[in-house]
Formats: sequence, structure tokens, C-alpha cells
Amino acid sequence: MPSQEEIYSKVSATLVEALNVDEEDIKPTSTLQGDLGAESIDFLDIVFRLEREFAIKIPRGELFPESIFQGDPEFVQNGRVTNKGLNELRERMPFADLGAFEKNPDISAISDLFTVEMITKYVQGKLGQPSKN
Amino acid sequence: MRWIWIDKFLEFQPGKSARVVKNLSSAEDFFADHFPGYPVMPGSLILEGLAQTGGILVGEVNNFREKVVLAKIPRATFHRDALAGEQLIYDVEVLHMRPEGASVQGKVTSDGALVAEAEIFFAHLDQARSKQLFGDQNFVFTGELKRVLGLATMLRERAEGQPETPPT
Repeated sequence: MPSQEEIYSKVSATLVEALNVDEEDIKPTSTLQGDLGAESIDFLDIVFRLEREFAIKIPRGELFPESIFQGDPEFVQNGRVTNKGLNELRERMPFADLGAFEKNPDISAISDLFTVEMITKYVQGKLGQPSKN
Repeated sequence: MRWIWIDKFLEFQPGKSARVVKNLSSAEDFFADHFPGYPVMPGSLILEGLAQTGGILVGEVNNFREKVVLAKIPRATFHRDALAGEQLIYDVEVLHMRPEGASVQGKVTSDGALVAEAEIFFAHLDQARSKQLFGDQNFVFTGELKRVLGLATMLRERAEGQPETPPT
């Protein structure tokens, strides 16, 4: 299994291709939307490239569970993620660092969870799993 | 002007790849201005032809029910100019295909020499939402694009001596 540095470097290269950004602009804490300018369509492109680069399968909504809070008032109330919502996030995105978000779970800040480090951890988790094929 | 930037399918492997020919006739309107005395095929129209080829390839998988729209071109490289009188071959291969979208790799050659390469990304418009916006009509595959593929099918059937399916 490749080391975390190897995975990170491949993830960076993937983002350079998908988002047309310079490699030096990519840091582990860079957020995909805020710092690297990703738009919604770029997320699917990133998924395609990661699948190809790492020979893994990424089911819809696993890496970017975009629909997680859509239309469910149990998870979001008054623009803030509820405790139940936070539990759902922990379960669905064990690879994301929820530390800062838990302190101020404003729904508008949710895109900040999507960082380069998050993708690296996700891929690391995928590569550590026994193959289902 | 008719917005069709491919002439004929030479090969069509459903869900996999397609090869198309595009003849650059001196009679094309744009050559008058692009450029006088040096008629060069605009790179954007080469990309449009690759996108039409890729769009048909991707759309055919769902029998043209899905609205396949060009979402982005992550990479395009132009190696040399293509001039009036040349015959371009567009080879397009499916890289990824999912319910949400697809990506293809296209290569353009002229007499064996590489002219351009591009990666093209297509999104499948969400059925429910696009129905609200556009109704039932599939504005992507309105006929003209599908007819090119229909013509290729008819010509193949004719060559194989099978009963012909008239293009719709």
C-alpha cells in the first residue's frame, strides 16, 4: 500500500489536472471550493480521476455526500447542523476532520470540510480495505 | 447555418469508441474570415465536433433519453493548424461513464498526423430538474445529431446486404 505522502502527492496531481491550479497552491488544508475554486461539476471530474489514478471504485455520494442534508429538518435547523446531523456526518464522513465545524456547525461552512487532506484520508481508507472484486 | 460539425461515422462501438470524418471544404463560411488567404479550421469548432461525437457516444448508451451536456473541457492541446481541403479524423474513446455524467478522450488526425487532443466532460442533466426547465423534449438530441448516426447505420446495413433502417 502506498504511503500517505505518496497518496497525497497523487491527490495533488489529480487536483492540478481537474481544477487547473498550480501544485504550489495546494496545501493539505486547502478547501476545494473556497481555496481551489472547484465548482459542482468538478467534483464528479475529481471522482473520475481518483478512480483512475488509484484503481478504486467510488460509489455516488460516498466521498462527496452532497445530498446528506437535503430537505431533512432533522439534520439542519435555522441554518445550523443539529446534533443528529453531526452524528450523521461522523458516520458518513469518518475521513473528514470535523473538529472546527463541530464548534460552529453553520451549514454555510460545510463546504470547508472538503479539503485536500480529507480526500487523501478517504483514499487511504479505500486502499486499506480488502478488495470486494 | 446548420450546427453539425461532423460529417460521417466510420466506426461506432456502443459505449466505447467512435471514429468520425470531418471534411474541411473551402466552401465553409468561416474560412472567408478565418483567415483570408490562410483558411484555418477554428480550434473551437474542432472541439465542437469532438464534443458532438462524444455526446452521441455517451447519449446512445441511454438511447438518447438522457440530456447530455458539455460540462467542461479539462484539457485541450492543438498541435498544428488544419487547413481547407484537409480531411480530419476524430477518434473518441469513453473514459468514464456513470449515471451522473461521463468523460471522453478525443484525438484528431489528418493523414495520420496529430492535429489536436482533448478531454471532454459531459454531465447528465438531472431528469426531474431538466423536465421542469425544458419539458419533455430532449433539446440535446433533436434529430440532426442522431441522423448522422442513423445514416451510418443505414450505410452499414446497405454494405452488409441487410434490410435498411431509414434514418429517423
